[in-house]
Amino acid sequence: MNSSSLARSTSSAEARPVIRERGQREVFCGLTGIVWLHRKIQDAFFLVVGSRTCAHLIQSAAGVMIFAEPRFATAIIGERDLAGLADLNDELDREVGKLLARRPDIKLLFLVGSCPSEVIKLDLGRAAERLSKHHMPAVRVLNFSGSGIETTFTQGEDACLASLVPEMTESDERRLLVVGALADIVEDQFRGLFAEIGIDAVDFLPPQHAADLATVGPNTRYLLAQPFLGDTAHALEERGAVRIDAPFPIGVQGTTAWFKAAAAEFGIAEAQVDLVTETRRARAAGALERYREELGGKRIFLFPDSQLEVPLARFVANELDMQLAEVGTPYLHKQHLAAELEALPENTRLSEGQDVERQLDRAREDEPDIIVCGLGLANPLEAEGYTTKWSIELLFTPIHGYEQAADCAELFARPLRRKRRLEV
Amino acid sequence: MQLTVWTYEGPPHVGAMRVATAMRDVHYVLHAPQGDTYADLLFTMIERRDRRPPVTYTTFQARDLGADTAQLFQDAVSDAYERFQPKAMLVGASCTAELIQDDPGGLAEALALPIPVIPLELPSYQRKENWGAAETFYYVVRTLAKPRDDDDRDSRSPSCNLLGPTALGFRHRDDVQEIQTLLTQLGIEVNVVAPWNATPDDIARLGDADFNICLYPEIAETAARWLKRTYKQPYIDTVPIGVTATNRFVSEVAELAGVDPLPVLNTINSRLPWYSRSIDSTYLTDKRVFVFGDASHAMAAARMCKHEFGFDVVGIGTYSREYARKVRVLAEELGVDALITDDYLEVEARVQELQPEMVLGTQMERHIAKRLGIACAVISAPTHVQDYPAAYSPQMGYEGANVLFDTWVHPLMMGLEEHLLGMFSEDFEFHNDATPSHLGGGATSKPDPAEQHLPVDPSSAAPASVDGQLSWSADAEKTLSRIPFFVRGKARRNTETFARERGIQTITSETLYDAKAHFGK
Repeated sequence: MNSSSLARSTSSAEARPVIRERGQREVFCGLTGIVWLHRKIQDAFFLVVGSRTCAHLIQSAAGVMIFAEPRFATAIIGERDLAGLADLNDELDREVGKLLARRPDIKLLFLVGSCPSEVIKLDLGRAAERLSKHHMPAVRVLNFSGSGIETTFTQGEDACLASLVPEMTESDERRLLVVGALADIVEDQFRGLFAEIGIDAVDFLPPQHAADLATVGPNTRYLLAQPFLGDTAHALEERGAVRIDAPFPIGVQGTTAWFKAAAAEFGIAEAQVDLVTETRRARAAGALERYREELGGKRIFLFPDSQLEVPLARFVANELDMQLAEVGTPYLHKQHLAAELEALPENTRLSEGQDVERQLDRAREDEPDIIVCGLGLANPLEAEGYTTKWSIELLFTPIHGYEQAADCAELFARPLRRKRRLEV
Repeated sequence: MQLTVWTYEGPPHVGAMRVATAMRDVHYVLHAPQGDTYADLLFTMIERRDRRPPVTYTTFQARDLGADTAQLFQDAVSDAYERFQPKAMLVGASCTAELIQDDPGGLAEALALPIPVIPLELPSYQRKENWGAAETFYYVVRTLAKPRDDDDRDSRSPSCNLLGPTALGFRHRDDVQEIQTLLTQLGIEVNVVAPWNATPDDIARLGDADFNICLYPEIAETAARWLKRTYKQPYIDTVPIGVTATNRFVSEVAELAGVDPLPVLNTINSRLPWYSRSIDSTYLTDKRVFVFGDASHAMAAARMCKHEFGFDVVGIGTYSREYARKVRVLAEELGVDALITDDYLEVEARVQELQPEMVLGTQMERHIAKRLGIACAVISAPTHVQDYPAAYSPQMGYEGANVLFDTWVHPLMMGLEEHLLGMFSEDFEFHNDATPSHLGGGATSKPDPAEQHLPVDPSSAAPASVDGQLSWSADAEKTLSRIPFFVRGKARRNTETFARERGIQTITSETLYDAKAHFGK
């Protein structure tokens, strides 16, 4: 292990060969982000303006239909709307009115664009403005696109957070903004660590409640907690905020480098971070020890899914001694991933985009010990004899930070352990 | 525009996928954007299929819209043909591709593939999943089925086709096996089962059978009607769910085949009739049951409820609008209103209003019932992973009746337990909210915060554990321990709520009895 490998990058992103493919993509569209976002922002409601397919997708992606009335719904465009027999904007206003009347707890309503709404060029931006005027101050109405022709899976969160940025109040205060939805427990841990390190002025985007939206301005320094937030970053920079270049807080090394980057920006000595994080680092490293024995030398193949693939690959390669067969990602943000890419082992095969059939060919050729892939591929690959980890679990499980490093390792170790144990 | 929280059916192309995935040697090229691949997981995760659905998605993006999506589609068709070498191909559009009007049928035809290419016109903005499955199956049959070969007409034993079972169906896997066994006992040959496991060659042989069995009318009736019209094959659409319906099914099939039904009818191997008559089942009498599902399953369940379980059907409904008329007729027979809707909230409101003792429904109704604290069993799609059990669990035929007896009785209180409840019905701990003793600790779980805006039993919303200021004295704990286990949690909560409201810090036996008297009034 080389802990200095995650020091802040300077040059980086020099020509690493990347396989770029386009073909069938076995990934969700951005609407799927609603499944976790509606839990994260507790007084927000997500109204997809789309088709029955959109409604069915979210329902299926949510997997279990456990919530009697969740904070999302779909306004399904019908034949009458398309034929011009009904005015879509009037219909939308009516449905929103009905929804808000039934759910007075909603403070923030997102109109979420879909493939059909974009193809028919329904202007949800104007609809949001119009509805906002009508329903303010009780409810603010925003819009973003989660369509599959524009966004891949986690890009839905990016689009959602980007839509919140213009709503942030201007402020000159020097504050740190942590960007990207994190598990509540991780957010609590990070807040505590920043305070111990000496950074007290910390905000998180998205906030738990719509009213707690952070401020932004030229003295805002923002730190990405997730690697898929290109549009949000751009929107923040337009408001004057400056990005702190850092790897992502996954694994002990990633987390340490992430905190150090923030500390350096706020003029705090590296030694202070070392001191504050010492016991956590030791505890996490100890917890990872067992997994390194279990996973060391195992070959892993990551199909593109959440854009978390590069940081995850860096973590499993550098901290668990796994070998990388291929690291696929739907989109490779070279700038945000600079420090991550630098820390990847040389000659790592990277791929961007997807032609699922060809990628499956490569995976079968590689015969990896474990394949990280989406729900549509996992069981069929298991039936072929491969061991798989469904990637969506990496998004629904707290994996960021010190205390979760071993939990992240466990996600890869468990399928392998299970395969060894089963005798049938 | 229609506001939808949960949907009973997917879009029609998902119905087409159910047909394609059930079949072999078929490939479906779907003009669709990224994201529509979610439908694969329905089959690989919910149904635990070990193969990917035979579907290629063109995955067009926004930047393709100004360029050539038609070429993209043709490339996808050519590549899919090369790679998978299917014996027939289905082509169509999902909702978004329908809007860009690329004409998948024409584009695929222009490629002149050496196999039948079946264009699917499935209007996504009007129709839904079951209709899509029915239409797809109909197109497949119309394109591929050939007339019967008359040479050996008289020399064979009577034969039939089993039509309708698809991927992602509710117990289709086991129903097919059960009905095949029944037909074998009757001496009737099963010529082809379709679309389940059928190849295009099998579909071509459909015409060889003497008649068709339309096992799932929602999916097979369009094709069965066409076969009747075109190849003069009569069909049977009695759905053999329940002992009575299965008997009728056997008689009808035997008559069409010209065989004797008595060998089967006289040796009915269903335990349901005896189990229902045995005195332990007396407590099932007049249980108030609400039934909702696809039309076939809901109607069959309602009839069984009344005539085979002795329940009282207080409401019946379906999301299958195509079969609304039939459901209305049955509802009238039963003396209840039919609820024809695909709006989950309407179903919930009806259940709340009717306050049944049990709900027989889909996965959606399972959630409604769970939230309202009503017993429930799932009888119809939409399904979840638990609706694909490892054990052989048909719904149809005599074994199906056994399965349904066990499944529907399970969520209810056992007979003797219910007698106890009756005896102590004035007691605050004893009431119908108590969980049956064989069903674990479900009743004591904390309500989901998201559900709290909906009316719930206020006593169940109280914290289940003692907070810092409350403590139980030894004598109170002892008294509590004498309360039957399945209501102890409730007694504890009620007592604590009572104590907290009055600022009592130490709960004694007296507090417990005070609380009992208070809540018991």
